[in-house]
Amino acid sequence: MDQFTLNLLVVGATFALYIGIAIWARAGSTSEFYAAGRGVHPVVNGMATGADWMSAASFISMAGIIAFGGYNTSAYLMGWTGGYVLLAMLLAPYLRKFGKFTVPEFVGDRFYSQTARTVAVICLIVASITYVIGQMTGVGVAFSRFLEVDNLTGLLIGAAIVFFYAVIGGMKGITYTQVAQYVVLIIAYTIPAIFIALQLTGNPIPAIGLFSSTATDIAGVPAGAPLLQTLEGLVTDLGFASYLEQSDTTLNMFLFTVSLMIGTAGLPHVIVRFFTVPTVKDARSSAGWALVFIALLYLTAPAVGAMARLNLIDTFWPNGINEAAVSVEEIETNEDLAWVRNWEQTGLLGFEDKNGDGTIEYRAGDSNELTVNRDIMVLANPEIANLPGWVIALVAAGGLAAALSTAAGLLMAIASAVSHDLIKSQINPSISEKGELLAARIAMAVAIVVATYLGANPPGFAAQTVALAFGLAASSIFPALMMGIFSKRINNKGAVAGMLAGLGVTLLYIFLHKGWFFIAGTNSFTDADPLLLSIKSTSFGAVGALINFIVAFVVSNATDEPPAEIQDLVESIRIPRGAGAAVDH
Amino acid sequence: MANQSDNNAYWAANKRIIGISLVIWFICSFGFGILLRPLLASINVGGTDLGFWFAQQGSILVFLVLIFAYAAKMNKLDKEHGVDE
Repeated sequence: MDQFTLNLLVVGATFALYIGIAIWARAGSTSEFYAAGRGVHPVVNGMATGADWMSAASFISMAGIIAFGGYNTSAYLMGWTGGYVLLAMLLAPYLRKFGKFTVPEFVGDRFYSQTARTVAVICLIVASITYVIGQMTGVGVAFSRFLEVDNLTGLLIGAAIVFFYAVIGGMKGITYTQVAQYVVLIIAYTIPAIFIALQLTGNPIPAIGLFSSTATDIAGVPAGAPLLQTLEGLVTDLGFASYLEQSDTTLNMFLFTVSLMIGTAGLPHVIVRFFTVPTVKDARSSAGWALVFIALLYLTAPAVGAMARLNLIDTFWPNGINEAAVSVEEIETNEDLAWVRNWEQTGLLGFEDKNGDGTIEYRAGDSNELTVNRDIMVLANPEIANLPGWVIALVAAGGLAAALSTAAGLLMAIASAVSHDLIKSQINPSISEKGELLAARIAMAVAIVVATYLGANPPGFAAQTVALAFGLAASSIFPALMMGIFSKRINNKGAVAGMLAGLGVTLLYIFLHKGWFFIAGTNSFTDADPLLLSIKSTSFGAVGALINFIVAFVVSNATDEPPAEIQDLVESIRIPRGAGAAVDH
Repeated sequence: MANQSDNNAYWAANKRIIGISLVIWFICSFGFGILLRPLLASINVGGTDLGFWFAQQGSILVFLVLIFAYAAKMNKLDKEHGVDE
């Protein structure tokens, strides 16, 4: 059986599994649709949260970025996990006690203002759409490879599937579908990593293999040296930036990590998962279990990145970097190098024998003859390591599970914000249920068209685009939620001014560097030479959040303090008892 | 509903636990992983230094411990103040 057929079979089988579970679970009771996680054990809820959370950025893109950035990209690892600590301690328990279903609802009630609720909806939509753009980039990469078409065609097919997937709707809300997606995703991620760790180091645990010695010759470097030293030697000899040393500034790395952490705690589609657990106690432990299941992937990712880079170098310099590189003839005929030809079709990998010596030399600088899109590394990884066909097919299925589940979740968040928080509660309260559903679907369709259009020319690799979304959530939603819980003094005017200032400044900074509305060529600055100090657009969310906090504090203290009943509300969400009753209204 | 002063004591105790947890959270990620990495450069871990290990592995393990420790401590605190369910 050829690889293409095998891919279709495995991907088809996993889709059948999700749909089967969705139908089986739905037959039980339709009322469980909205009460998704309630009555579900925190471990199961944590696993479902893991599937919801880990997207194309985590699965497809992140390890590829680490492979080329080394230590400097550690912010992705610390940022996207450390946010759960903030979530567990600063937000989840109290929002659970509050007991409503959407983030704008909390903002509207706590700041006793429809304006605040509307501003929260805007923040949510801006962050979520940016996030979906990143997902579409990942979906495009995955579909182009696995259907063997060019990147744009893959993106369009993927967009159509995401649309139907999200519109079927309930699928996303059913916890057990997400548990199945998590299982597929984590198996697909770890199995090739275990194979490769065994090949390179003899240790089956990738996270330990990363810090072990090599068990095989790699690109002419004899076995027995520490794996990371082998990699460091090869990349620096080829003229690339060091893998182990810091080349980014400390300021930017610090702010980038802050942005990703507080953005994690401010993303509405993650927060809502904690609204539906049975008690405040469960909200705390659910965050812990979610991180357990997320950590399984995140502890493996740095090993996947480093080992993929080693295998890439080994493929193109099979006899060592001072010997002849792999020949063009071999790339065109050798079965083991079929992946190079396959990925070349997608346009995401390119090679050109510039100096006409019949070989393809991979190195830094102008004489480099190989270009590799970072987003292909995880998907290409099992092929580069010559793993069996079923593993390659499994990785395709895992990547699609990650991208589809998160994209669908975000589209649902956008749709509910528009139909529930905007139209139903403010513009037209008498709207019929049918009308509300139609509005939700139109919002979803518009979001996906915008995201697909921008995903075709993305502002960065999938994980970088997603990082921008985190910056936007960090600067707007997180501060409002945290101040709403930890301060009784922050009032409606302060919160609205803070959110608008944080979101506005961050969006402006991003557009100045990435182009207005992400349209290429309309930027005034680049991340290589940013406007302020060394702060890249992906890191600015931390500054935006600080501005949000300061503006909210100053404006609140210059205006009236919140009414007594709001102060009582804040008192009550701080105390766990009574959470069970709070949701039954 | 429990009385006001006890609720205030509960909230103060919660904030204290959060404060201590976040100090550890900060030191093990931003500290060891970024700011203090040069100080840890002499401690070798599998071909690199301890700061690199914290940035790519250790911080995540510490986060896990922190959340479960916080959840356990808060369960105890909830009971002590009679606000558990």
